[in-house]
Amino acid sequence: MAKIKLTKLPFAETPEQAKALDAKLEELKDVPGGLMPALQQAQEIYGYLPIEVQKRIAEKLNVSLEEVFGVATFYAQFTLQPRGAYQVAVCLGTACYVKGAGDIINALKTKLGVDSGECTEDGRFSLIETRCIGCCGLAPVMTINSNVYGKLTTDQLDGILREYM
Amino acid sequence: MFRSTVLVCGGTGCHSNHSGEIYDAFQKQLAENNLSGDVMLVKTGCFGLCAVGPVVIIYPEGSFYSNVTPEDVPELISEHLIKGRLVRRLLYRDHKTEEITKALSETNFYKKQTRVALRNCGVINPENIDEYIAYDGYQALIKVLTEMQPQEVIDVIKASGLRGRGGAGFPTGLKWQFCRNAVPDETGIKYVCCNADEGDPGAFMDRSILEGDPHSVIEAMTIAAYAIGSCQGYIYIRAEYPIAVQRIRIAIDQAKEYGLLGKNILDSGFDFDLEVRLGSGAFVCGEETALMTSIEGKRGEPRPRPPFPANKGLFGKPTILNNVETYANVAQIILKGADWFASMGSEKSKGTKVFALGGKIVNTGLVEIPMGTTLRTVIEDIGGGIPNGKKFKAAQTGGPSGGCIPAELIDVPIDYENLAAIGSIMGSGGLIVMDEDNCMVDIAKFFLEFTKDESCGKCTPCRIGTTRLLEYLNKITSGNGTMEDLEEMEKLCYYIKDNALCGLGQTAPNPVLSTLRYFRDEYIAHIVDKRCPAGVCKALLSYEITDQCKGCTLCARNCPVGAITGKVKEKHVIDKSKCIKCGVCMEKCKFGAIIRK
Repeated sequence: MAKIKLTKLPFAETPEQAKALDAKLEELKDVPGGLMPALQQAQEIYGYLPIEVQKRIAEKLNVSLEEVFGVATFYAQFTLQPRGAYQVAVCLGTACYVKGAGDIINALKTKLGVDSGECTEDGRFSLIETRCIGCCGLAPVMTINSNVYGKLTTDQLDGILREYM
Repeated sequence: MFRSTVLVCGGTGCHSNHSGEIYDAFQKQLAENNLSGDVMLVKTGCFGLCAVGPVVIIYPEGSFYSNVTPEDVPELISEHLIKGRLVRRLLYRDHKTEEITKALSETNFYKKQTRVALRNCGVINPENIDEYIAYDGYQALIKVLTEMQPQEVIDVIKASGLRGRGGAGFPTGLKWQFCRNAVPDETGIKYVCCNADEGDPGAFMDRSILEGDPHSVIEAMTIAAYAIGSCQGYIYIRAEYPIAVQRIRIAIDQAKEYGLLGKNILDSGFDFDLEVRLGSGAFVCGEETALMTSIEGKRGEPRPRPPFPANKGLFGKPTILNNVETYANVAQIILKGADWFASMGSEKSKGTKVFALGGKIVNTGLVEIPMGTTLRTVIEDIGGGIPNGKKFKAAQTGGPSGGCIPAELIDVPIDYENLAAIGSIMGSGGLIVMDEDNCMVDIAKFFLEFTKDESCGKCTPCRIGTTRLLEYLNKITSGNGTMEDLEEMEKLCYYIKDNALCGLGQTAPNPVLSTLRYFRDEYIAHIVDKRCPAGVCKALLSYEITDQCKGCTLCARNCPVGAITGKVKEKHVIDKSKCIKCGVCMEKCKFGAIIRK
């Protein structure tokens, strides 16, 4: 399991976010095994899982914060770090790997000046490595938010990133 | 009455290549040409030939158009649909013969396949239950509920010889029997679960079935529930598959609306409800006990067996868990009979298997073949061989739990027993093809990095064992390995296999053991000669400029670290102490003057 990185950014939320979370927790509080869906919903609302939100989930679902934190840090898709406005995700599945995805992620680390799992200082890009996203026919593949870029070569990266500047 | 049907592939591969825009363009332009009433437009699941996507098929001709772009839509409408002339430039071409293939069924890719689990993928609109019903959908459920006793259902599945398609190959009928025989607690609850947590890198069979034919899974789970006496089911699906999640949700709603799911199904008095639960990116959750722990909302750690899930599974109740592809076979077996299914395949492995072809192969995509087909047929005939004139080196099956099949075993018929005998496993169906440019030590390292990362940490043999194994591999690929390391590594592999708690750990050493078995010489080349024969392991490479150099300075200008020097029109030199072995110079050189050793 990856190392747990906590964010130093202060927690801020809008009333809409708080209301949306409360409504979801109300729905899920009696569902057997509702903690996972609760965390998934919370991440959908906030983009990540701040400790403040985890505390609220623990209270509402009547489980310990330890359990909430345990689950939140077990699964790769849950993040305790805020995400950039654009999430650059490079597929490191086997098919992509044998077609050079390793070079793509290294080039992106250099270009963005961040390690994988991190967000650029201006909050624009975050870089992650993903498991196989299943479009192996397009290998190597990266996604930026919901846009997919296939059959990538490193010299295309500058042009693609520029679209999001 | 429609005179033509346009099928646009909406699978993940084609969708990523803008097939959604093609669909929208057809919709808009068919309306503009007043053709909406004459031409039916359908967004289907995966056709399988992802390499040439986005794919559009137009019936009644069955014309198979590949690599279509939204800009091609006006021509397809005016030429094909209005004037009735094929748009030849877009028809699929066989990459070897360059011959144009007019229909999908004529391609080599499809001719040697037998489609059972994938029967509806790319044929029906997965978001319309009526189309599934038109293709005999829910007939099997009706037959089961009106004509068969639960035990009879299990007997048919047993007689068919269907085995778990998730990898281990456990007989499905037997699994159902154990759960049927299990005595529930006072609540009387039993569960039916579907494992759609397809985590093997390079595998996308289950995703394509859920995207292309979600009702087949729902129908089969309902049949299973009837057979074991359950009224609640869960589909555990990866969150990385948004299209599949959306389609299965639509399918569940439609089935409920038609009275095919929920309370008192088809007035039979039988109740069965189905809930979707999303995974959150943990490979270990593909293991059955870990998956159930995860549905319970906990850290997805496996637990020791016994007790087996058939007796004590989800929430401590008797539970069956089958994989998506396994379920996709069930309705056909009920309808066509156990003998029909058992007539396909080899002696102990019945039916067909879906493989996701990927890596260094021309036709990347999804194929379904009878068990017992040889790897040669899959790679050369269906897969179209290796691109760029390279040589086939090995195929990897079973993902991080599997092993590789070397070129000399290409004629082995693929079934559970044969693959196990040669040190690989059937696995869930990922089949990654590798050519001479792939280093087998590097591949073993890739898989170990994966399992080390995904080890949940609960048991020591897996948590520490995979870390140590990876250290050995890193040592070898960086040129510091010794022959003793090889022996120690092999010992460690068997220790992990024997002692890890769950399937993830027990199979994690397989990629190492199988590459050691068939490609030991490559390990020895790394250790003794300090050389990577495939030219992959960076620490062991060096770049040199030969006398072919014309002194054009292109390499020097592109080198990111300024390691190349030389005067214009004179031979250049690489300073090996500065070189980071990125290979840019070799890529850029127009004269082939830079070689890698």
